[in-house]
Formats: sequence, C-alpha cells, structure tokens
Amino acid sequence: MSVFGPAIEIEGKAFDAKGLLFDTLKVEIIAGQWTCLLGPSGVGKSTLLRVLAGLDTHVTFEGTITASDHLDVASRVSYMAQSDLLLPWATISENISLGAKLRGTAADQAKKAQIIEQVGLQDHQDKYPSELSGGQRQRAALARTLMEDTPIVLLDEPFSALDAKTKFQMQELVAETLKGRTILLVTHDPGEAVRLCSQIYILNSHDLHVAPSLQPPFPKDYRDEAVFTLQNELLAQIRGNEQ
Amino acid sequence: MRGWRYSAAAVLSVLLIWQTIIWFAEPPRYILPAPVAVFLSFIDNVDLIFEHALVTLTEVFLGLLIGISFGVATALHLETSKSARLFVRPLLVFSQALPVFALAPVLTLWLGYGMTSKVVMAILIIYFPVTSAFHDGLSRTPKRLLDLAKVMQASTRRTLFFIKVPAAMPSLFSGIRLAAVYAPIGATIGEWVGSSQGLGYLMLLANGRVKTDLMFAALLTLGFISMSLYGLTGLALTRLSKRYGGD
Repeated sequence: MSVFGPAIEIEGKAFDAKGLLFDTLKVEIIAGQWTCLLGPSGVGKSTLLRVLAGLDTHVTFEGTITASDHLDVASRVSYMAQSDLLLPWATISENISLGAKLRGTAADQAKKAQIIEQVGLQDHQDKYPSELSGGQRQRAALARTLMEDTPIVLLDEPFSALDAKTKFQMQELVAETLKGRTILLVTHDPGEAVRLCSQIYILNSHDLHVAPSLQPPFPKDYRDEAVFTLQNELLAQIRGNEQ
Repeated sequence: MRGWRYSAAAVLSVLLIWQTIIWFAEPPRYILPAPVAVFLSFIDNVDLIFEHALVTLTEVFLGLLIGISFGVATALHLETSKSARLFVRPLLVFSQALPVFALAPVLTLWLGYGMTSKVVMAILIIYFPVTSAFHDGLSRTPKRLLDLAKVMQASTRRTLFFIKVPAAMPSLFSGIRLAAVYAPIGATIGEWVGSSQGLGYLMLLANGRVKTDLMFAALLTLGFISMSLYGLTGLALTRLSKRYGGD
C-alpha cells in the first residue's frame, strides 16, 4: 500500500455548557493501524471524532492534536458514518467522486474504475442510491472514502446499521482496502472492536482508559477463541462501569 | 388513477346541483344560465375565448418565468450574504403585509393597460412564496451533508451549488407549485383593473353586456387553465422532487 497514515496524539481538556467533561484527555492513535473507541451510546465517542475532523461540536476542546509527521490532521481525514451520506440526487458513480467535484478538481477516472471494481459495484454505478440495498450503499460510501485517498480515516459506527452477514463482509472489505492507513473506529460493539483494532480505548462518562487488545494480523476470525474471550471481558468492563 | 374518477364525480355533482337549481328556481338567463347554455356559448365564442385565453396564458407564463427567477436569485442571495438576510428579510415580510391586489390600480397607472402591468402583478404575487420556500430549503440542508462537504475541504461556493441547492430542490418545487396557482389570479386581477385583452377583460365585458353565459364560459376556461397548470406542474415536480430526496 502506498498510503501510510501517521500516528496521532490527542491531549487536552474537554468542556461542554454544563462543565468539565474530561480533565485529562489523552488518546494515542497508532500509525497505520486501527484504534477503537468503544463505549455505550451518548458518552461522546463521536464528539471526539468530530474534533479530529475539525467539525463543530457542542464540546469545547482545549489542547493539542499532533500527527507524528507534524502535518495538519483535519485536512487529511476522510469520514464514514452509520448513515451512508450518499446524495440522493447523484448517481453512485457521481457520489464516489464527490470529493473532487466539491474541491473543483478532476477525478482520476482510472482510479475510480479500479475502486468501483474493488468494492464490487460495477453493475450499479449508474444507479441512484435509492435503488441500492443498505449493504451496497455502504460499499458506495467506502468507495467514496477510498477515492479520497487520505492517510487518516475516521469511522463512526459504519457497520451498525447492517445485517449480520453484510456486516462481516463489510468489515473484511474495509479492513482490506484501508490497510496501512491510520483508522479511528467509534463503535459500541465489543466484538467489532476486538476483531478489527490493535488498540482499544473504553470511553465511559468521564472516564477513558486503554483496554486489552489482540495482536495483529486483523481482522480476526469471529470463531477465534481469543476474540470470544476478550469480547466478553470488554463487555464486562463496559457493564461494570455502568453500574 | 382512482383520483381521476373522484375528480370527475366531483365535477359532475357540481354540474348536477347547478342544473337542479335551474330546474327548480328557474332564474332568468342573465342571472344564472344553465350549464348547457354556457357550453353552447363556449362553442359559439370559441375563437374569441381562445384569443383572450392566449393573452392571459402569456401573462401567466411570463409572470411565472420572471417571478420564479427573481425568487430563486433572491433566495440564493439571502443564503450567501448575512447582511442581505438582515436587510431584505424584513422588507419581504412587510411586502406580504400589504395586500398585493391593492397595488393593481397603481400598477396600471404606472405601467399602462398593456400586458406589462399584468405580468408584474403575477410576479409580485409569485415572488414571495418562491423566495420563502427556496430560502427555507437552503437553510435547512441536513447537517451531516454539510459536515461531509467540510471534511472533503469543499469551498463555500461549491457547497452551495452541489449540496445546498440540490438538497433544497423539493422546497423550491413546493414554492413553484404554489406559484402556479397564484399566477393566474394575479394576471386576472390585473386585467380586471384595466385592460383591453385577456380572460379577465372578457369576463368584465360579457358581464357588462349581460352576456352571463359568455362570462361563465370565460370563467370556466380560466378555471380549466389554472387547474391544468397546477396539475401539470404537480405531476412534473413530484417526480423530480423524489429524485432530490423529497417525499
């Protein structure tokens, strides 16, 4: 893979209108690998991701975001969310090269064709998003992300709306196609975190800590006993912190 | 398609009630002519009605074309400039507080008896609903799409044209649908106040000469034009609206 993502360090404090959320927030995202932010809904996982992407949030972050290569982070990220964010008025092909259009540059057509083939959407590129299944739409979103070709990719629960079978296929496809990039995955699913990520942070209200994770290579087979054991352990940690 | 049957049934019921009143109350012809008399008058005067209908239709189309263009341009301007929002928005609301119909005599005074005053009347009526609907749509672009554009390093201008404008199309279309209903009203009001052509003029003329059957024929023609316009825009825009993510 030609693209290799830098390591990223986030360090600082976070406030919202009601007061201090995190006194000392420190997240180290490993270069070229998957780091996961695991926790129940509504604790601010996505907020942290938005801070990284330079998007506005209800939270004020005071601190530093540094990449290991000392270049800006927010201008080098792409973003995949739970909803596919495909434009309903544009064809799949147009959606995939949206980034170039929005920046006023020409899209690399050869690269686009290759990516469309990689995600298996050759027969659907002239269709509109409403004509595709949920899984196919998420593939299109992946293709759009790949087209952006950024070294850092932020994933905000991109698999959570998919059925079990499609979810596994998508996880494998994403892991394979984004190999070498620095990934931050936000999820509430411990199984997903264990199978995909070389580093796992557990985020509960006002508490963020590193949890155990498995050694590469990823993605792990879901039948792997280590996956199963660690998944239960993480689940216990999340639940323990809730009570 | 079942809707058509209900519409046809509704029209037939109105005709039936009308005819029943004629049978039982036996009003003089110049007060209320029978439906058949109106139909015969239409046939007799078809060339005359057609000639005047063409004038009204031209006014309506010009009004729609210019009114919608102005509305779209204003909405885009309001969206891109904050000072325009602060300055123009109150003016727009104030202009709606004035009964636009009351301006018709002044327009005729300023612009004469020709087509211009009628077209301007139609524009005035259309302008606000189109501007308001489109600007509403532009300012309600889903935030997640704007976030995506921002992450993709899109410029403000390109975000406007490739994200906000298409996302606001369904709102613009509902504004245009309203405009299609209002435009014939505007043109007719203009004709009533002072003109020498158009269905509104023909209605006044027929009324003054106690040709009530001709007046009704002209009135029904106007109704038919308005309904067709509304139906056709509705048909075309509903399909388009779906493409742009509308209901």
